[in-house]
Amino acid sequence: MNQVKMFLVKYAEIGTKGKNRYVFEEQLCKRLRLRLKPLGEFSVRRDFGRIYVEALSDYDYDEALSRMTKIFGISGLCPVTVSEDLKYDSIKKAVLDHFENWYDEFNFSFKVRTRRNNKAFPINSMQMDMELGHELLVAHEAEGLHVDVHAPSVMLDVEIRDRAYIYSKIIPGPGGLPVGTNGKALSLLSGGIDSPVATYMIGKRGVEMSGVYYNSPPYTSLRALEKVEKLGTIVSQYSGPMKLFVVNFTDIQLAIYDNCPHDELTIIMKRIMFKIAERIAEQEGAQSLVTGESIGQVSSQTMASLSVIDNAVDIPVFRPVIGMDKQEIVNYSEKIGTYETSIEPYEDCCTIFVDKHPVTKPKLETIEKHEKKLVGIIEPLIDKAIETVEVKYLK
Amino acid sequence: MREIYFDNSATTRAYPEVVETVTKVMLEDYGNPSSLHNKGLDAEHYVRDAAKIVAKHLKCQPEEIIFTSGGTESNNMAIIGSVLARRRHGKHIVVSSIEHASVLSVMAFLQNEGYEVTYVGTDASGHVNPEEFAAAVREDTILASCMHVNNEIGSVQPIAEIAKLIKEKNKDIYFHVDCIQSFGKIPVIPKTMGADLISVSGHKIHGPKGSGFLYVKKGLLIRPIIYGGGQQKGMRSGTENVPGIAGLGKAIELTFTNFDEKMTKVSALKQHLVEELTKLPEVFSNSHEAPHIASISFVGVRAEVMLHTLENEGIFVSSGSACSSNKKRESAVLTSIGLDEPKIESTLRFSFGEDNTMEEVDEVVAVINRILPMLRHYVRG
Repeated sequence: MNQVKMFLVKYAEIGTKGKNRYVFEEQLCKRLRLRLKPLGEFSVRRDFGRIYVEALSDYDYDEALSRMTKIFGISGLCPVTVSEDLKYDSIKKAVLDHFENWYDEFNFSFKVRTRRNNKAFPINSMQMDMELGHELLVAHEAEGLHVDVHAPSVMLDVEIRDRAYIYSKIIPGPGGLPVGTNGKALSLLSGGIDSPVATYMIGKRGVEMSGVYYNSPPYTSLRALEKVEKLGTIVSQYSGPMKLFVVNFTDIQLAIYDNCPHDELTIIMKRIMFKIAERIAEQEGAQSLVTGESIGQVSSQTMASLSVIDNAVDIPVFRPVIGMDKQEIVNYSEKIGTYETSIEPYEDCCTIFVDKHPVTKPKLETIEKHEKKLVGIIEPLIDKAIETVEVKYLK
Repeated sequence: MREIYFDNSATTRAYPEVVETVTKVMLEDYGNPSSLHNKGLDAEHYVRDAAKIVAKHLKCQPEEIIFTSGGTESNNMAIIGSVLARRRHGKHIVVSSIEHASVLSVMAFLQNEGYEVTYVGTDASGHVNPEEFAAAVREDTILASCMHVNNEIGSVQPIAEIAKLIKEKNKDIYFHVDCIQSFGKIPVIPKTMGADLISVSGHKIHGPKGSGFLYVKKGLLIRPIIYGGGQQKGMRSGTENVPGIAGLGKAIELTFTNFDEKMTKVSALKQHLVEELTKLPEVFSNSHEAPHIASISFVGVRAEVMLHTLENEGIFVSSGSACSSNKKRESAVLTSIGLDEPKIESTLRFSFGEDNTMEEVDEVVAVINRILPMLRHYVRG
């Protein structure tokens, strides 16, 4: 097969956004250009309400496809066969070539849909539909090809402009909205399966994502941090370059251990993690936090616990996997490519700090009362943790 | 920040002379031993000289040495090579249950291929009982394998006794001994040990990683597991790793220079560490005869947490079980010597080399005295 020289980019929701449509389309084009730049020379154009990606040099097809199908905002990519000149025979050849290139067997129904934007072109659309349809039948009727004008399996689009563009196959994209069109969020990353999925899901809505990870050396190892960086990098292939804030949490954890009841350790720890995240979000201009919490998996994720933890901050906290089963989350993480890395066995916050019998139905008043024991101790530790944050850039 | 490296059983720092030798071979004598011209011949000489050095210290013939990419390959070759050669005589293998993964994994592979494997455990002292081992040997047993020194606790297996008893029972049996932790630390002489096959790894004795050898007793037939251009008399194809082999030879020469003196010193370091640490409350030694390995349990602290804390102080050691709530990889050896869970999960291994010093041991003892109470304070539950 000759190398594909052009793709038509289909986008779902952003087509309907009225005045914002321009902004969304520009963001999408920007992202496409950025991701394709290392692979060769490309032109990304907005034209007649669509986006075209044209390859002006040789490029690695598999890599380009892999990158483009990870760009949020794209619902589908159509490889386009182009006929440079508008002579009927050239268009006919391009149409036949297109079918040869993209289909192995022809036992399906099809319809030709010609759009003639170039009024100088002599043959009208309906005529083209019939002529081209006929040519295709001549070539492949024996193999089962047939026409269905109502519900064809394959719609062959032919657009006549300065050149003729022929496309039919749609390679699915991830959907969603282009990165950078919907504000910023800060995601609490652990090395587990859930938080990368949650980060992806919010990023998919066009939100610029950054992450925060709580490091507790020597209770957690450098390998655990590297695992989180790897996960963040995988998600950033979809959601764009990500800042990762690494917070040294050891002293805070030890202070909680020394001053508060051990069965409330995790709850209090999470409340402080949320508070620190809220402050970082403020600095960053992020308008919400994101977590991978799901109801009922572990003691800190019972309804009561979630509500007590949530109470610690004012900033909205989005939990996109809150209603998903573990298996659903696992399937999702396999789909986006984070599962293999998530199951590597490096502890994030060492279970040395998880009590044998953690509280499952904490009461807000009780927790707040016990948190008071930290007054005077914890604030300087929190300030120090924020001051000494290490920032990594993942992409 | 200081660096105190007490993880010599994992790997060692190369001797500077080894690095010099490797560099020289890579830059000057870089020929392929199979080439017909002089550059090839010069390279071949390095391989021959290294084999002579090995033979001198093993008290064997140079022809009995095959150079490999390391201990794991030697183990694989010894076991799979033997089993393939002796297929018609039986399909039964006897092996100790405390072997390194490069032996146990091969056994698992062979079991899948239809071979029968009997695993013989150790007693509470970490030693295989020769009678028990021999009792497992049958007429159709084609191979027996037992490591010389266990890498986790340093127990030295009664190899000569095992060899004697199993050969009395089955005179044609092949006996393989993994000497990766013993070569260069305690005497390793195949004739005295009664061993037909011996595996050695270069990077455990300050040699290059990716180097090692297999001793195969003259007359013993084993099949190669790597096929190709027929190098090393067809036994191990592939262009010889001349720099690695030359480095290995140099490392062995240096290791055996002042050997007794060095091992006495290493042994003293181990003794001193064990004595001082076991003075602390709830700290136990699971150490055995090997002069360079000390296995210590610090009850109440997770091994990996202590390892990282020591790391932050510039001290490098090893732990048996990995800290992970998903999969606890428990040590087979520690379980088989009867340690309970609190001891197993808090066990660290300190392993010494000839460049460690008494001052280093004292420093480590001081650091542990300081951090242990703090680490014990933050206990689960």
